[in-house]
Amino acid sequence: MAQPAPARAAVPAKPQTVGDTQAPTEQRIVTSGKVGGDFMVDCLRALNIDFVASCPGSTFRGLQESLINYGMNTKPEFITCLHEEVSAAMCHGYAKIAGKPMSCLVHGVVGTQHAAMPIYNAYCDQAPMLVMAGNVGEGTSRRPGVEWAHSAHDQATIVRDYVKWDDQAANLQDFAEGMVRAYDIATIAPMGPVFVVVDADQQEEEIDPKEKLFIPKLRKRSQPMGDAVAVAEAAKMLVAAENPVIVAGRYQRTAAGPQLLAQLADTLNAPVLDERSRMNMPNRHPLNHTERGAGLLRQADVILCLEPMDLFGTLNNVTDLIGRPSTPKIRPDAKVIVIGTTDAQIKANITAYERYNQADLGITGDAETTTPSLIQAIEKEITPNRRSALATRGQKLREQSTGFMKAVYAQAAMGWTANPISTARTCAEVWEQLKTSGGEYTMSSEANFLSDWPYRLWNMDKPWNSMGRSVGGGVGYTAPASLGAALANKEHGRITVSLNGDGDLLMQPGTLWTAAHHEIPILYVVHNNRAYHQEYMHVQRMAQRNQRGIDRAHIGTTIDNPNIDFATLAKSYGVYSEGPISNPVDLGPAITRALAVVKKGQPALIDVVSQPR
Amino acid sequence: MIRHLQVYGAGMLAGLLVAGSAFAQGAPNGNTVNGKKLFETVGCFQCHGYVGQGGGAGPKLIDPPVWEAFIVQLRTPRQQMPPFTAKVLTDQQAADIYSYVQTFPKPADPATIPLLRN
Repeated sequence: MAQPAPARAAVPAKPQTVGDTQAPTEQRIVTSGKVGGDFMVDCLRALNIDFVASCPGSTFRGLQESLINYGMNTKPEFITCLHEEVSAAMCHGYAKIAGKPMSCLVHGVVGTQHAAMPIYNAYCDQAPMLVMAGNVGEGTSRRPGVEWAHSAHDQATIVRDYVKWDDQAANLQDFAEGMVRAYDIATIAPMGPVFVVVDADQQEEEIDPKEKLFIPKLRKRSQPMGDAVAVAEAAKMLVAAENPVIVAGRYQRTAAGPQLLAQLADTLNAPVLDERSRMNMPNRHPLNHTERGAGLLRQADVILCLEPMDLFGTLNNVTDLIGRPSTPKIRPDAKVIVIGTTDAQIKANITAYERYNQADLGITGDAETTTPSLIQAIEKEITPNRRSALATRGQKLREQSTGFMKAVYAQAAMGWTANPISTARTCAEVWEQLKTSGGEYTMSSEANFLSDWPYRLWNMDKPWNSMGRSVGGGVGYTAPASLGAALANKEHGRITVSLNGDGDLLMQPGTLWTAAHHEIPILYVVHNNRAYHQEYMHVQRMAQRNQRGIDRAHIGTTIDNPNIDFATLAKSYGVYSEGPISNPVDLGPAITRALAVVKKGQPALIDVVSQPR
Repeated sequence: MIRHLQVYGAGMLAGLLVAGSAFAQGAPNGNTVNGKKLFETVGCFQCHGYVGQGGGAGPKLIDPPVWEAFIVQLRTPRQQMPPFTAKVLTDQQAADIYSYVQTFPKPADPATIPLLRN
């Protein structure tokens, strides 16, 4: 804790003038040993944190100086961002590709407020993130004015509803233990963001050499697994089923995920409906029957839901009419098994937990971790007779899958030469250039606004090929989260492609500067439909419901008049760019040129004037 | 509202943008020019795309259903499509849109598109 400042003299000190030979009466303090921020850097290193993303702020000036001078800006490296939404969202995307968290450092109170949305997205998406927030806890240490507006007694209240845990250490030893615990909690399924307040005085004060500080060892972590008895019961139901279906929600947690799910499907000879919230399963696996959509569920007698994010939405059709009528997608006699961890940590206030839906068997445990034991239990349950029946079923499913790509191509051909450019065309042109990468690419963006064309046209079989959605739906996620993914991909030489909505990019265009400044290779392909199109459709729906003004829904929803020049915008941030491109013939060559830049280790952007969906 | 040039095969558009053409048995005469304007101003393109290609938000309109099914879906739609009642879209306007929808070019055989070969 800081010592109180000495009492001021009753008479103001004589102002210092040039030529004075006496030292000023106010004390000037320099340090000669290690300061608290240095120890904090030691803690970050002990946790193997490689990057700290941040928009600088005075409440963590001490830690920042320690990072760059004590730590020499190496492991962790300070990633300069122009907004806390960027720094926090980078952590979200990074974690999904790197398989471990990174940290963001946010300014007291106002920086936390800025970071709140991406923290929320990460919470909804169960992505680990270590948020450190500066704070001047001691009142007598706060300089007059803004430092008081940027400090709080309990800063975590701003985000407590959507972090797994928060801490505010009383001293440096407390800080070390808190950081290790924070990392531990962030990385236990269900994973999520944690929030640690970093006191300014603790950062800045010199450490007493007699103080024996230590950093606890990080525990080797295992993940929660489903109860063996319940798993055996699930296996029994699944083996006995005539038409089982596996629904993969937020399933993949590690690089082993896609092959594990494929193995489960193969063992059971059951089709998989992939909700694409992670890189759950190779998309061209013959048992990946996502193309059949809801039709797959209609005939199912047993449905295994793995880490569902919205069980009600998965199993019911809800029509956007007054009253929200809903009808089940599944048979009345269908049995539902759920394996997941979401129920293990739910907070009441924000309703990201979705509507409750009944199930016959609920198994609390990480679905990916539980899969090997489920496979084992299924194998044990299968008799020779049953094995033959399952094999016959599997053969029919595999034969059925051979027709999927033909149907996909037939749909993609529609509007092929249109202007604005069809989303199918855009995605096909990008894939044409990616397919020679040997799978060393990541599609870092959501794809639902592009009618999921990447999932349908591209070959995705590597654990890093896609990374799902923000889940929280906070717009402004895609550009910086993609950059975080690209940061994780950089050491592997992988190409990161973000098919980025125009509205999303406009929330944080400063992301592009960070990409250029830190030379993070990434290709942004702007899906420029010149609107907040989802909201355009919502307002349209309201106009039609109210039977008025159905030609006025563009008011407040379109981004035109003037059209934004994304290529010039990107150039202003130092990013190679081309566009706007509205003739599909020009798209392929532009992608070629842009990817050449990316392969040299730089970011690039192409502005594509696009069909809405 | 955004205005875009639709790229079609040569001659097709000129031949089809004629007032007073009926393209499906039972459909009233529709003004294709007005139909295009309506298609782009009253929200059809938002889900069905500017050339009726469809997508994640709505099905394709290339090769539309017969008029009787079209008007029923327009007035009392199934699934997520919001209704276009007669109060906001007259029968004539609906016919104009239907007339325009008939002009959407048929897609090429994907086998002829190099990027769509496996």
